[in-house]
Amino acid sequence: MAQMNIIQAVNSALDIILEKDSNVCIFGEDVGYFGGVFRCTDGLQEKYGKHRVFDSPLAEGGIVSTAIGMGINGLRPVAEIQFADYIFPAFDQITNELAKLRYRSGGEYSAPVTIRTPSGGGIRGGHYHSQSPEAYFTHTPGLKVVIPSNPHDTKGLLISAIEDDDPVIFFEPKRLYNGPFDGDHKKAALKWDTHPKGEVPEEYYSIPLGEASIEREGSQLTVLCYGTMVHVAREAVKLSGIDAEIIDLRSLVPLDIDTITKSIEKTGRCVIVHEAPKTSGFGGELSAQIQESCFYHLEAPITRVTGWDTPFPHSLEWYYFPSQERVIEAMKKTMES
Amino acid sequence: MSKKKKTLFVPDAPFRPGDKADFSNLDLPKAGSSDRPDILVNPSEIRDLAFGLVRVLDDNNKAVGSWNPNLKPSVLKEGLRHMTLLRIFDERMLTMQRQGKLSFYMKSLGEEAVAIAQGMALRPDDILFPSYRQPGLQFVRGRNLVDMICHCITNSKDNVKGRQMPVHYSWKEGNLVSISSPVGTQFPQAVGCAMASAYKGEDNVSISWLGDGTAAEGDFHYALNFASVYKAPVILNVVNNQWAISTHRNFSSGDSTFASRGIAYDMPSIRVDGNDFLALYSVTSWAAERARKGEGATFIEVFTYRAEAHSTSDDPTRYRPKDEWKSWPLGDPLERLKMHLIDLGEWSKTDQNKLEKELDELVIKSYKEAEKYGTLNEGPWASEETLFEDVYKKPPRHLRKQRQELGI
Repeated sequence: MAQMNIIQAVNSALDIILEKDSNVCIFGEDVGYFGGVFRCTDGLQEKYGKHRVFDSPLAEGGIVSTAIGMGINGLRPVAEIQFADYIFPAFDQITNELAKLRYRSGGEYSAPVTIRTPSGGGIRGGHYHSQSPEAYFTHTPGLKVVIPSNPHDTKGLLISAIEDDDPVIFFEPKRLYNGPFDGDHKKAALKWDTHPKGEVPEEYYSIPLGEASIEREGSQLTVLCYGTMVHVAREAVKLSGIDAEIIDLRSLVPLDIDTITKSIEKTGRCVIVHEAPKTSGFGGELSAQIQESCFYHLEAPITRVTGWDTPFPHSLEWYYFPSQERVIEAMKKTMES
Repeated sequence: MSKKKKTLFVPDAPFRPGDKADFSNLDLPKAGSSDRPDILVNPSEIRDLAFGLVRVLDDNNKAVGSWNPNLKPSVLKEGLRHMTLLRIFDERMLTMQRQGKLSFYMKSLGEEAVAIAQGMALRPDDILFPSYRQPGLQFVRGRNLVDMICHCITNSKDNVKGRQMPVHYSWKEGNLVSISSPVGTQFPQAVGCAMASAYKGEDNVSISWLGDGTAAEGDFHYALNFASVYKAPVILNVVNNQWAISTHRNFSSGDSTFASRGIAYDMPSIRVDGNDFLALYSVTSWAAERARKGEGATFIEVFTYRAEAHSTSDDPTRYRPKDEWKSWPLGDPLERLKMHLIDLGEWSKTDQNKLEKELDELVIKSYKEAEKYGTLNEGPWASEETLFEDVYKKPPRHLRKQRQELGI
């Protein structure tokens, strides 16, 4: 086992898959010679050659559309969109083309494209470097949507995403790249080497898409979360004294509703936490599915702790970012009702 | 002979770290070698301007040729003052960013003439749609430095209420439209703004800038087509500074010029020396006059070099020779304008030193004054309730409820 942060875990997954499958190529803005603005593709162009890991023009719609074309013609492209906030020029190509290609061609054509993109806040990035746009994509049939929360899962899930024959949008919570972050920005930043999931096998392994991970077992309440919020929730649970079960969804589509149902049948209470705004956020979908699958086990209304329905602010970031306090308050309220 | 396996062609930058940058292969026409056409010229008659380079200041710092705008020394001095201020302002903000007082910063080093000369060639009611690398426009239009710094340190007096990263200015009084991080979005918006001026029968123009890298975005092409179709009174500039973070401009233009793209849209398309204050001023005035006369859009490639990192988050030593800028054959725009004024007998090195000292003091004083309204780390910032303002004109019920939830 090696110690890795999420950047190194991404790099290791890409390295292994480039080695294993000559049809995999990686491209995007600044990913080639420079190795990516977050360094996720560092050294890969040098190792595998310019035609396998290359820079692209600044054109997100161009990146995704050409990836689709490559996919149609037998390649397995991994495209990077430098920030999830910049994915929208590619929205038509992703939602109308990539997502629907298999369906509209009666199963004749498909494109196994993986789109990696850093998302989420906590880096003082203002609204154009902090958004969590996952719900736009979970709402589009044909796409799989994955969001890891630690280096170990990142590598295993990314390998699965690339090997998957369907398109996958792979969100990388950028606040977690260098270390776990529990929402307390005043505390010194932690590194992954203090975290058990910073242990990452150097060799090939995969984690199936669609399987949640139980981050902490508990009996009184279930917290559903993903990405950075897994760490905020963990600290909040610790401070609250409530014996909560924390489920890290890891993959939003396909969703591991069985693990969720089993947990809520046990606890009877549920708090959902995500960074994205509340209205039509993925929490709404979770809440609906839970009441469909385990309404009679619920002992309290489901509560959501989310970003507000505002753009992500810059100076008031910490008033927006779901805090431990808000999670604790929501858990207490749920316990009392 | 070993046969190389055929595979996908991927371009590269001409020079990488460790290489000696050599721009001797650049085709640089002599200053004064292209003629300023009549304002009403048919674009098809001036296609050569898309492949040439309009230059006014020659190697001896003299203004030559028919593009010489023959500006009064007072105007040249004003330009030099703004450019010097911008360089000093940038340097101070960078220092403060390194000290953790700004979350982020972007400099204009080597490109100071772009916003300043072009801005000075316009009227105050012309509407500006800049990218993040034309802050100099605000100096031209007289914006208070303290206000600019309050935005950069995101304090309680930041007019955009702490919602954006530094250098994402908005300034309605100066007709400068809010700057966005997603690149290129402003280009077609400027065209729409110009279409509205035409619609209303007004004679102000709109102007926008984006970079060489951004010229690959779809928004670039929307802008050129709409501008051409509707003969919009707009000036569209590609600031070709050679680098888009680590992406060399040859990922965006191949071997052709950016200006040549305008030909296909039947617009006057002019390539201009972006380090030449006079050439920039002249070409922009020409385009503005043409637009005001109802002759439509002009497309300009501003040929320059990004001397600094893309931003404080970037490290260009990883992807280009450290001293590449020093080899740039078109020199330093500030130095060239200064030497021109000295050559005219209107300026001296002592004057410049005095000016630098004065402006440095002004920036320091303004910074101190700005800090009275709060700092990035300690506040005060825009008040907490502003988080929920301006999402809509009036907060709907669900936002009022969320505000109560936050307890404010």
